[in-house]
Amino acid sequence: MNRSAIDLWVGIFVAIGFGAIIFLALKVGNLVTLDSTPGYHLDASFDNIGGLKLRAPVKAAGVVVGRVEAVRLDTKVYDAVVTMRIDRQYEFTKDTIASINTSGLLGEVYIGLDAGGDSVMLKDGDRIKKTQSAVVIEKLISQFLFDKASGGAAGEAAPVKTVEKPAGETKK
Amino acid sequence: MSAELTAGVAQWLRRIGGAVTGAASKLGFASRFLLAVLWHTPGAFRRMHLTLREIYFSGVLSLVIILMSGLFVGMVLSLQGYETLKRYGADEQLGILVALSLVRELGPVMSGLLFASRAGSAITAEIGLMKTTEQLAAMEMMAVDPLARVVAPRFWGGVISMPLLAALFSAFGIFGGYVVGVRLIGIDAGAFWGQMKAGVDVWPDVTNGIIKSFVFGIAVSLIAVFEGYDAKPTAEGVSSATTRTVVMSSLMILALDFVMTVFMFRGASVI
Repeated sequence: MNRSAIDLWVGIFVAIGFGAIIFLALKVGNLVTLDSTPGYHLDASFDNIGGLKLRAPVKAAGVVVGRVEAVRLDTKVYDAVVTMRIDRQYEFTKDTIASINTSGLLGEVYIGLDAGGDSVMLKDGDRIKKTQSAVVIEKLISQFLFDKASGGAAGEAAPVKTVEKPAGETKK
Repeated sequence: MSAELTAGVAQWLRRIGGAVTGAASKLGFASRFLLAVLWHTPGAFRRMHLTLREIYFSGVLSLVIILMSGLFVGMVLSLQGYETLKRYGADEQLGILVALSLVRELGPVMSGLLFASRAGSAITAEIGLMKTTEQLAAMEMMAVDPLARVVAPRFWGGVISMPLLAALFSAFGIFGGYVVGVRLIGIDAGAFWGQMKAGVDVWPDVTNGIIKSFVFGIAVSLIAVFEGYDAKPTAEGVSSATTRTVVMSSLMILALDFVMTVFMFRGASVI
């Protein structure tokens, strides 16, 4: 095998090798992650974050607008404080509601943002005032069973009451 | 009686000690060998065609086995994954399962194992035979350093080829998974690619897979050239060195994979 043929084959090998890496980065992974784009941070405190993980998506109307960057416990009020990194191109109003949702029964946990009608926008480091905690399914079921047992035959309306409590009313 | 027992215990301890010091001295020799190879690297790179030739032999000629294995591993992964995911009604997540298993683990590890048996053993046999037929000694007589002329190009050929082979293995595996999952089973193509894109991150997943394969490339290439250089200059010595290369490389890949996985992906599952 002469030298130029070897050079050619090695060139082809390296080219398709890098092609595979680019394929993995662009087609399989999401190279254009929001991490690389400039963003700003928002805080939000929740009674219960359920199964929220680091790097979980933050969605508004189903569109991913950021990621969860840090989760810590505020020991003064024992709330979970979640720091989110939001893509700079998306701005949210001051009265935005942050809620922890699950996509499907077994799906991933994400933070949903619902913008309000305020004219003032949230800035870097601001805290979202209105939050809605995660729905813990075990609590929901146990409350449902408890109400069912205590309500007896008249407990037809009980499920409605149980659903609204653990879902967490918006807190100030 | 007790003197005999003491002698027996001492003999036994001596054997353990001998094994440990033997292993330690071999490890030290291998480390110094690595440093020597790195030291001679600039000299080897001045004749780039030597390294290119080794990339051809260990990389290009391994392509067929790597690509075929990747394709079949991806197809089996897709079939088996679908059977399991279907039970939870999560068969749309098949893309994530196939891509993450391949990119994180199977791509680097399987291609490392195949590379060790396909190219590592050949390197060891070649260098061992050169030593047996006194070609290495002849080179030294001609003031040509065999480390720069023979060992360093083979080492770097392996180190450069390995990440590319692992990436190709993963890419073809994902293609195989796509063929079985979407074309054969009939999962929605949009869901397959979309879930994959949403679930696979470039930094923790793809990059760490490439880092893994790079480390495996260093380990396998070093073991291969070292065992060849260290082989007893007999036919038997070369054959046992070749066997040692495959066994040691495989164990090394699996052990290093565990260690690296602990460090790389521990943070992802624990907050």
